Amino acid sequence: MSQDKAKSVSTTGHVWDENLQELTNPLPMWWVWTFYLTIIFSIIYWIMYPAWPIGTSYTKGVGNTITYTNKKVDGSEEQKTTHWNMRSKLMSEMNAHNAEQKQWFDKVAATPYEEVSKNAELMNFVNSAGKTLFSDNCAPCHQAGGVGKIGFSPNLVDDVWIYGGTYEKIQETITGGRNGMMPAFKGVLPDDKLKQVANYVLSLSGEPHDAEAAKAGDAIFHNEGGCAVCHGAEGKGNPDLGSANLTDKNWLWANVPGQSTAEGKLDEVVKLVSGGMSRGKMPVWGGRLKPEQIKVLTLYVHDSLGGGK
Amino acid sequence: MRYPHILKIDGGTESMTHDTPDHSPLYQKHIPIHTRSVKGPFRNFKTLVLIVAFAVFFILPWLPWERHSAAGQAVMFDLVTRRFFIFDLVTYPQDIFWLSMLLFIAAAFLFFVTGLIGRAWCGYFCFQTLWSDVFIMIEHWIQGERPARLRLRKQPWNAERILKIGSSHFLMILVSFWTGFTFAAYFTYAPQLFHDFFTGHAADVAYFTVILLTATTYMCGGIAREQICIYMCPYARFQSVMYEKDTLAVSYDARRGEGAAGRVAPKEGLRTREDRVAKGHGDCIDCGFCVQVCPTGIDIRKGMQYQCISCGLCIDACNNIMDSVGYPRGLIRYDSEANLHSDTPTKPHLKWKNLKVIGYGASLVIMMAWLVWAVAHRTAVEVRVQQVRQPLYVVLSDGKVRNRYQIHIVNKTEHEEVFTVKVEDVPESALDLGNLPEIRVRAGKDLNITAKIDLEHELAEHTHEVRFVVTPHSKPEEAVVREVNFHGQQEAH
Repeated sequence: MSQDKAKSVSTTGHVWDENLQELTNPLPMWWVWTFYLTIIFSIIYWIMYPAWPIGTSYTKGVGNTITYTNKKVDGSEEQKTTHWNMRSKLMSEMNAHNAEQKQWFDKVAATPYEEVSKNAELMNFVNSAGKTLFSDNCAPCHQAGGVGKIGFSPNLVDDVWIYGGTYEKIQETITGGRNGMMPAFKGVLPDDKLKQVANYVLSLSGEPHDAEAAKAGDAIFHNEGGCAVCHGAEGKGNPDLGSANLTDKNWLWANVPGQSTAEGKLDEVVKLVSGGMSRGKMPVWGGRLKPEQIKVLTLYVHDSLGGGK
Repeated sequence: MRYPHILKIDGGTESMTHDTPDHSPLYQKHIPIHTRSVKGPFRNFKTLVLIVAFAVFFILPWLPWERHSAAGQAVMFDLVTRRFFIFDLVTYPQDIFWLSMLLFIAAAFLFFVTGLIGRAWCGYFCFQTLWSDVFIMIEHWIQGERPARLRLRKQPWNAERILKIGSSHFLMILVSFWTGFTFAAYFTYAPQLFHDFFTGHAADVAYFTVILLTATTYMCGGIAREQICIYMCPYARFQSVMYEKDTLAVSYDARRGEGAAGRVAPKEGLRTREDRVAKGHGDCIDCGFCVQVCPTGIDIRKGMQYQCISCGLCIDACNNIMDSVGYPRGLIRYDSEANLHSDTPTKPHLKWKNLKVIGYGASLVIMMAWLVWAVAHRTAVEVRVQQVRQPLYVVLSDGKVRNRYQIHIVNKTEHEEVFTVKVEDVPESALDLGNLPEIRVRAGKDLNITAKIDLEHELAEHTHEVRFVVTPHSKPEEAVVREVNFHGQQEAH
């Protein structure tokens, strides 16, 4: 401290080493009062909010409770009133948000499918709520955006619907799940006939094939092999059975588009016909999602993703 | 060139950063300032600004306005629906650029004006000045003129002192409260807020805002007053560095006031101007009125000081005294440093012919022109079309290529609007809007819809862009066209 300053500001009165002094610069009053206010604030806080630990418990706060609706594991709801805490605060806020969202779910639930799809405002809700529901529940198999994966899950963005693409059918698929399979023909048909029938299948959708073999395959398809029983005489499939339409460009279980050579494509079809398929399992969502959630998902899949046709 | 002595605390030669007898300690004890009232053109101008500003601030939220999509209030900053209503102008969050430009303009205007006539903002327009002024008027009204107020402060806490000081502070708190309430009324429907507020049903944030504003208004205008300008306000400090040598500022003409022998009070032998001139004394009769009327409590005769808010009240005070003693007016006046120190002083006048003033002026004109243009050319409808990227495209069973789009429509009008969506460059039938016959968007609302475009394989290969045309039914001429990408199989390889 300079000598000049020591003269103008009072000191504690202690002097060391002849002239070393300690200044007493008092804190400004506004600062002191702000400090006192924080102390008063903290005391009010202790009284109103959970604060002090007492053994294994703690002070709960006075006159500051939160009431919220809690849903138990068995599905029943109960009103709970607790002292103020962050978890209850979150619950009560979620209650409020859910109540707000429920208005829209109720509106969709009370409106027939066709009417919802004609209402831009309701479709705006379907777009956003459906996207969240889809991402949470469907995207693990059908992929983000519903593109699906060949050999694993159907593409929901295109216009191919194995079990039908109407609102009713989509709702049925989500609610009850699906169990798609195709029997193995290895042993039922000899290898050369498997190849012939595979050539015929490729010919149906205009893929490269051996015309002569395809002609022989035609007969096997309709008679000996019994393929037409499920896939139909024209090979167009049957949505009631979930049998695939073999005449379109769409492939789910045989990765024909993924192969660049004719041999490769043929190989894929032969593999499927001989080995069969038992992976076409769509889980049941009936008990896991609420009916109105399934309705929103149906609308989302039908109008925002695939277009139902 | 800037004058180094602007930073000095007094007319001496030492800078305030040194330890001088005048050096203010770190925490200065507050000496209450009791200003003397004064009459004159500057006081009248200040009062006029005060009346206009208060009228606008306090009446505006109560002005009704016809609206369909919100409460009928002429000026309302609706934070809940994220819309600001300013008469017929409705602004949305995406119009934030207007606000930023407005702030740029305000800043440039401050620099522009400060370069010309100093801290005009501080002296006449700043809300700290306005509210302090009103609170000083309240004190003057209840407690009387400066000497009476000083006398009151020296009294013991008797009934008179308690009553007078108590009632003036009560009035100040009342004004502060109404200030806080009016501020809150800008953010919600004012009559509803009035009802809810006093029946205990208003939102917590309304009570918080009003209490906070009441407290700060009372603290800043009623108690802290000039300390806000001197210790807290950043503008006060940086405006000083924008002074030029030609800037007109409230100045004391030391040459005329001091003379060769300094200022002196009129006493025997120094009563007439001739006597004073003969003895080398200046025109300043050292009455101290310029100090007594100063809201920041400074002595303008010490030269330019950072505490001076340039309110001109000392000019009024000095002119009144000069009139009464029969000397010419203008001992304290608006004048520039250059002119005051010039060997050939002229009548003070604005000097604007320099690069800084012209530069700020030009930038102001450009910015204001942009703002007016942007506001005038605002669209009633906003449309964004975004391609769905998951997946970019999909091949349909008949070989067609499908792209999907999210169309976001914002209806910024005051009425419900119906939109039709069409495509250009590709066949009309390629567009699929699902079952939506039309898109009905409520006033001030927005919607997201999904659109699909299906193109034949050959056409898809040659199509890289499509154009969406979104047409509002009530104003077909204001159709919005948006060009977006179209992806096909050519990108797959």
